[in-house]
Amino acid sequence: MSDAWQAAKLVIERDLRLAFRNRGQLLHPLLFFAIVTTLFPLALSPEPSRLRDVAPAVLWVGALLSSLLAIEFLFREDAQDGTLEQYALSGRSLTWLLFAKTVSHWLLAGLPLALMSPVAAYGLAVSPDAMPGIIGSVALGTIALSLLGAVSAGLTIGIKRGGALLSLLTLPLAVPLLIFGAQATARAIEGGNMAAPMYFLGAFAVLGITLAPLAAAAAVRISME
Amino acid sequence: MLAHRLTGDSLHVFRGERHVLRGLSFAVTTGEYLEVTGGNGAGKTSLLRTIVGLVHAESGKVEWNGRSIHAEASAFHAQLSYLGHESPLKGDLTPTENLRFAVGIRRSIGSREIAEALAEVAASGFADRPVRTLSAGQRRRVALAGVLLAAAPLWVLDEPATHLDAAGQALVGRLVERQLAAGGIVVAAVHAPLPVAEAGTRRLGLSSK
Repeated sequence: MSDAWQAAKLVIERDLRLAFRNRGQLLHPLLFFAIVTTLFPLALSPEPSRLRDVAPAVLWVGALLSSLLAIEFLFREDAQDGTLEQYALSGRSLTWLLFAKTVSHWLLAGLPLALMSPVAAYGLAVSPDAMPGIIGSVALGTIALSLLGAVSAGLTIGIKRGGALLSLLTLPLAVPLLIFGAQATARAIEGGNMAAPMYFLGAFAVLGITLAPLAAAAAVRISME
Repeated sequence: MLAHRLTGDSLHVFRGERHVLRGLSFAVTTGEYLEVTGGNGAGKTSLLRTIVGLVHAESGKVEWNGRSIHAEASAFHAQLSYLGHESPLKGDLTPTENLRFAVGIRRSIGSREIAEALAEVAASGFADRPVRTLSAGQRRRVALAGVLLAAAPLWVLDEPATHLDAAGQALVGRLVERQLAAGGIVVAAVHAPLPVAEAGTRRLGLSSK
């Protein structure tokens, strides 16, 4: 078992190191998120009460679209240079290694997005009291989103320019996350009880942790053949 | 020393609509080298990918020590070191880092062992340069160091000597011979024969129809 942990640790460490040597790829989805959320106050009237009403929708649609940008890179390079084949032939469980890859992906894409969402929310006239709730809901929602994305990314690695297909596969399945995530954020802004939508987001995350790595491994195997 | 045996029994493999391998059989045992030759598109890579289990044969089976490779895939893969025609290296990492991560996933490995393997393939001089600054031949040497470090009895190599200079070709020959002497099995797809002693070499020619 300790060997398996060691392998997962190495997969995560490798991805983090690669990401920090190539920071542009890391920043693009975040910049996209920042720009999308700042475009709304410019297009709508800068009236604080109206901005506050649309804030949950803007934050979550922005987060969803920027996650899609990041998911495209999840397996692409590893598939091109043969690293995924080596993972599949390493004698370790491919499911486990891909789970580790998804964890590092969340650390590099989901977590920064959650930490940036208060900045975007502030621009939408949300009061500072709501920020912890917003960070929590986006963090939880992006966990499920990363796992969902791993399955679609696994299915599309064999396809050149699979970006559009990736969006078509992922977005419909991400609708429940959007609904409950936006609801959680809305409650955080109103100062209401966030428990119910947060439980749903948590349930999606647990479901994703249980099933998505298995599905991603199967998808990657099919795509490699 | 444990004797190993790799066999393929009437393999039929399709790539898309093309029937690439038509009833191919082979058998290699400990200390033997199977050299697969054939023109472009003859199915060399398909055969190697079938042997390692990345591609499923339409019919027929590949067996390692008498058991189907898909029956206990992870036990088989732990005894296998596969090198595809791309060198599986990350351009932003140095050869040393690449090997630490790639081999570390299979078994725990120290930095001295990595340095020794890199010295063996004459790659010490560029062990700490980002791989993206290396030539294709230099990358191939680093990838070969990875094959060595996996310490597996079965090597499956897809054009191991591609991009390598004359000294590099000789090096591949030496590495293969040493692996055979240690009781291993090597299967390699090549365009030009590797400089390996005739004894223990078996040849498999594929033709494209």
